Amino acid sequence: MNKQELLEVYRQMVMIRRLEERAAELYQQGKIGGFLHLYIGQEAVSTGLVAARQPQDRMITAYRDHGVAINVGISAKEVIAELLGKATGVSKGKGGSMHMADTEKNFFGGHAIVGAHLPIASGMALGDKYKKKDTVTICMFGDGATNIGYFHEGVNLSKVWDLPVLWVCENNQYGMGTTVERASAVSEIRQKAEGYGIPNERVDGMDVLAVHEATEKALKHIRAGKGPYFLEIMTYRYRGHSMGDPERYRDADEIKQWQESDPIGVFHAYLIENKKATKKALDEIEAQVEAEVEEAVEFAENSPDPAPEELFRDIYVEEN
Amino acid sequence: MAEIMTMPKLGFDMAEGTLINWVKKEGEEVKKGDLLAEIETDKATVEVESLYDGTVRKLLVSAGSIVPVNEAIAVIGGADEEIDFDALDTGGAEEETAPTPAETTPTEMVVEKVVETPVAPTQTNGSLPAGVRVSPLARKMAKDNQIDLLRVTGSGPQGRIIKADIKKYIASPPTTTGSGPSLRMPSLAAADLGPIPADVHVPLTRLRQAIGRRMMGSKQEFPHFYVTSDLDMAPVMAMRKEYNGLLADSGEKLSVNDFIVKAAALALRQFPNLNASLAEKEVVQHGHVNIGVAVSVPNGLMTVVSQDADRKNIRQISIEVKEKAARARSGKVQPDDVEGSTFSISNLGMFDVDHFIAIINPPEAAILAVGSAAQMPVVVDGELTVGWRMKATVSVDHRVSDGAEAAQFMQALAGYIENPLSLVL
Amino acid sequence: MAAITVRQAISDAMREEMERDEDVFILGEEVGVWGGTFAVTRGFYDQFGPERVMDTPIAESAIIGAAIGAAMTGLRPIAELMTINFAFSAMDHIVNEAPKLHYMFGGQFKVPMVIRAPGGGGRQLGATHSQTPDAIFAHFPGLKVVAPGTPADHKGLLKAAIRSDDPVLFIEHATLYQWRGEVPDGDYVVPIGKSKVQRPGTDVTLVSYSRGLQLSMQAADELAKQGISAEVVDLRTLRPLDMDPIIESFKKTNRAVVVEEGWKSYGVGSEVVSRIYEEAFDYADAPVKRVAQKEVPLPYNQKLEQLAMPQVADVIQAVKEVL
Repeated sequence: MNKQELLEVYRQMVMIRRLEERAAELYQQGKIGGFLHLYIGQEAVSTGLVAARQPQDRMITAYRDHGVAINVGISAKEVIAELLGKATGVSKGKGGSMHMADTEKNFFGGHAIVGAHLPIASGMALGDKYKKKDTVTICMFGDGATNIGYFHEGVNLSKVWDLPVLWVCENNQYGMGTTVERASAVSEIRQKAEGYGIPNERVDGMDVLAVHEATEKALKHIRAGKGPYFLEIMTYRYRGHSMGDPERYRDADEIKQWQESDPIGVFHAYLIENKKATKKALDEIEAQVEAEVEEAVEFAENSPDPAPEELFRDIYVEEN
Repeated sequence: MAEIMTMPKLGFDMAEGTLINWVKKEGEEVKKGDLLAEIETDKATVEVESLYDGTVRKLLVSAGSIVPVNEAIAVIGGADEEIDFDALDTGGAEEETAPTPAETTPTEMVVEKVVETPVAPTQTNGSLPAGVRVSPLARKMAKDNQIDLLRVTGSGPQGRIIKADIKKYIASPPTTTGSGPSLRMPSLAAADLGPIPADVHVPLTRLRQAIGRRMMGSKQEFPHFYVTSDLDMAPVMAMRKEYNGLLADSGEKLSVNDFIVKAAALALRQFPNLNASLAEKEVVQHGHVNIGVAVSVPNGLMTVVSQDADRKNIRQISIEVKEKAARARSGKVQPDDVEGSTFSISNLGMFDVDHFIAIINPPEAAILAVGSAAQMPVVVDGELTVGWRMKATVSVDHRVSDGAEAAQFMQALAGYIENPLSLVL
Repeated sequence: MAAITVRQAISDAMREEMERDEDVFILGEEVGVWGGTFAVTRGFYDQFGPERVMDTPIAESAIIGAAIGAAMTGLRPIAELMTINFAFSAMDHIVNEAPKLHYMFGGQFKVPMVIRAPGGGGRQLGATHSQTPDAIFAHFPGLKVVAPGTPADHKGLLKAAIRSDDPVLFIEHATLYQWRGEVPDGDYVVPIGKSKVQRPGTDVTLVSYSRGLQLSMQAADELAKQGISAEVVDLRTLRPLDMDPIIESFKKTNRAVVVEEGWKSYGVGSEVVSRIYEEAFDYADAPVKRVAQKEVPLPYNQKLEQLAMPQVADVIQAVKEVL
């Protein structure tokens, strides 16, 4: 990555974090309804993945989807407006936190049923293979999703048909409040890929460059027509599973320990140390992100609710 | 402590009842309010509820027995309680095992529950309306064509009135209605309709028997005389229209008869001799003015009663009569609905009758027969004009009253009717 | 116009659409080399090759999920479930993914896919393989549920389903595959969401679909001999449900019997009867009756199974009860 690209990676990670911190406030003010799953701590994963993809590559993820939304280029305005359920939201206020997508940016959502999007990802890869496109589907999911049948059906199919799909397990140590060890027969998730004969790798998810590098390698393998690839990316979420998580399953020290290798902090240090950027430049980025988030909040709050007639719109493409 | 259930008195003039059916058996547990038995009077079939908690220890009369009011019918006590049945004061009545036809007593009225249609298994639940069954379509057609559903015979399942019945009714309404439709020429094909049907022998229902007994008694024993008046109905018709406009939202609708009930009740206050009964050697002038309104029911008629009608307003009377008449038609009449009338009104106005005379309903002293209110040419101040007129005839027991008093009563009635504001003040 | 079987009609529809549109392909268990367990895709593998007639693992979520994904990229997959009973293994994808994607993301995605699923009882397959759970799927807005009866409608509606930009569950009935009937020649397409009067009549309205339609048509023949004229309305599409021809018919006959093979409780008949009462209460001259499957899991024993399933005689009896 050149300097400009590195700064863009930094900007995205900062944007995800600031935007979500602000979202948590809005949630507490009662302005965001339903669930709100924060990505804070895991920013390097989606940022590294998206930075490594080609524009035509398809992103698809689970419900913890704000990170990918920012990475693929959805504006802070559209993301926050969606969180507030406004007509200007990226899904017109009808999806909410868990259901963000943008077809033009090849982001296919935001899927809220654990593991259910894995067979769908296989299908998207099948579509590209069918059309002989040079496109890879990058499918992200949590460690918890690897215990459900959909994972096995989807991953198996990808290998049987040698589909161009990159499986990315974000191992953040917990499926909700249950540790990997308590829920998965193998605590090294990549072994499951091994079982399906899919090449795989464990990656440090707190290091955006490591994620980027591993992704590039994996995508190269897939583009060579060798079938799917599997990354297990080790990461950690600082916040609860969703807002209101009592977090009885872990102690504060554990969080603090992980925060010592905070992906934004680590990358910040890397940029300074390797003279890729000045502190001033990074401060400017942070200030600019801060302003953009505030502007987005104002925009979202001033946006209208979806019109009542939206209720019956888009149930079918062909309305009867 | 053993308790005695007796034949309940279901009205001031009830003397005895037939125990039709025991709902509880000996040894069965019973709660206060549980259905214990069904009793038939000449007026109605009534459900008798237990007044006590306990076990039915002994049924003192068998189904089919006729039991005088207040005589013991059952003993309710503790399940294991020792009871000396002989020592209990059961009123000394011997069980009457062979039912005999009930004697008609002078205090009986010509009403009875009519059980016509087979009722659903829930029949023990007296609160379920059986009612007339009508399909939604038939209901709508009847409304659209202003057909009184009670005059339509249902041919659907369980007697439901269906489309075909309404169409048949529209094509040829029963001739007794007399309303409207033209004479229908008999079809020539009628000659080929097959052999003449054999005579049909229809057994008299209890109700018809009772009506027969009572009317024969009245006509034979009561020397009737009749006074007819022509009443100007224009003021009542105008007021009724106005009131019904006000009531349109509530769904209530006052009938002409409601006004007549009120007017008669007020007039009777002035003429206590016509609100009376003859007993032995005295005339009992009743304190209550309870107006009986004759209601036609399947296979006969019943008289529903508006108690103290002189003290009720017309709306109250209207609602009361309507509800009671509906219960009478559906065979769900309650004792209060039919008990205690002191004067009766029979109104055939809806059938376009000019006038008629009625037979006194014993033991009352008089009955008013009301014809149709109709528009007709009348002379007012020497001018021929269109007016509303209605003929009413009072039948009076000559043993109690005379022509002059009856005529004055009719004048008083006319006074109220022709000045209807007096009915509401 | 030629008389062909339902099986042939389905097969023709798919073949014609695959010849017409390269984006149409088939995936499912044993659809390829085997030729389809009901032989509906016999010859397809040879004609279109393994890329367009894809044998899948026995993994229903993979089949339906992959079809959804492929549809999201613009293809028009036809996913075959060997029987509709296996749909339960892919329930999330059928009811919770495919019908939601267009709406939930503000209209961004199209999911132009068809799920073909034969079902129904009467073949002694036992309780788990004999169900008619159509009503369950018709419950979900966003999914179109088509269940034709006649050979012509099988062809016309399947072609419409393949061309539809919405996910369509196309329910077939395994005992109807042999039903032979006239199918118009050429590119015959029947619009989704239109009920149809399959047989005119005046005395009673029989509302039905799929195998129930066959029962209703047979009952109508029998009733005609007895001087009773039954009008048979075929739902053809369960969602979106077109009540217009039913209401129109009911206003004429004032009586109706709804015939379905599924269980009565919470069934298609329940919906149709409710709508009749909601929209045409004043036209009812008798209670509307339902003829449906007895409320039991279907047993293996043939006599017991037939006892549980609705028969022509049941339809006739119900008609007599409402007349």
